[in-house]
Amino acid sequence: MLSGKGVRMKLDKLQKKILVILLSLCLITPIGILLPMVFNAGDAWGEWSAHTLKDLVGYVPQGLAKYSDLWEAPLPDYAINTTDTSVVHQSGFYIVSCIIGATVTYVVMLLISKLIIKGGK
Amino acid sequence: MHIPDGYLSPQTYIPLIGVFVTTTAIAVKKVKNELSAHNIPYLGMAAAFSFIIMMFNLPIPGGTTGHAVGSAVIAIIFGPWAATIAVSVALIIQAFIFGDGGITAIGANCFNMAVFMPFIAYYIFRLLCKFPTGKPGVTFAAFISGYLSLVFAAILTAVEFGIQPMIASTADGKALYCPYNLSIAIPAMAIEHLLLFGIVEGIVTALIINYFLKNERDLVYAFRKGGKNETR
Repeated sequence: MLSGKGVRMKLDKLQKKILVILLSLCLITPIGILLPMVFNAGDAWGEWSAHTLKDLVGYVPQGLAKYSDLWEAPLPDYAINTTDTSVVHQSGFYIVSCIIGATVTYVVMLLISKLIIKGGK
Repeated sequence: MHIPDGYLSPQTYIPLIGVFVTTTAIAVKKVKNELSAHNIPYLGMAAAFSFIIMMFNLPIPGGTTGHAVGSAVIAIIFGPWAATIAVSVALIIQAFIFGDGGITAIGANCFNMAVFMPFIAYYIFRLLCKFPTGKPGVTFAAFISGYLSLVFAAILTAVEFGIQPMIASTADGKALYCPYNLSIAIPAMAIEHLLLFGIVEGIVTALIINYFLKNERDLVYAFRKGGKNETR
């Protein structure tokens, strides 16, 4: 069963090294918004907002209009403040979003794995 | 490849939620039998890695953007069932916290990137490793496994988009959900992943597989027979 240690686990040398690599990757994620800007690339295919889709096909499909605002994410588009369009600030928000998201993902997956792998013992 | 809310009809996203939930239930049982406690921190890192790699949007100049997913390398090192759970966790957090991928489309997105993709990747890798070509052969197998699995997952996503006009349109021919049909969606999604995003997935897969073979070879699932008592 889960010990009292919660999400704390003893990590070996290689595992600590991988965590450092992951954190470093978080710090360079702004590449993911800067490169598309430099090469003038837009949304991913099929991920347009209802507004952009209207420009593309001339109308907003009825069903799409009904569903598209179903969920209001707390940090939409990995930005802390979507109205602040300065590239430097957006890069900073992107890094913070990455660290928040990756940390939550890591902890949730760690807990799930513990429950699955140790739960049966 | 993260389908937003509103692009899929309920006739599409509801069955896919069912398929995803069923697969996850099987995955939980498989992971319990196949992986040892030594894997636990790695699985957390694998899910976080998938989350991070998907933030590296790459441009098709003047066109769309896309990214690698990380499912292939996770499937090879920890097995396709563990990859299903790890990548699903990343995708569900992306949907709820960052609005990347729709809530109604969670079943579809998880099926495409966290079920279909890791299994395709894993079996391509196993197949190519049957040829006794040594270390360069393994690197090549890892690259092809990452490359093709992302391309196939993109095509599957394109099929889900492309069948929408057939499933639900108004009387005057306007689509209710995704307005593009198969003949537009499939070439668009296939070409961008063949030309760029798939290559990145392939390179990432090959690099990490080499790293693990050098540092922790016994861990790599694709080289074990399965069964957590065989190693460690």
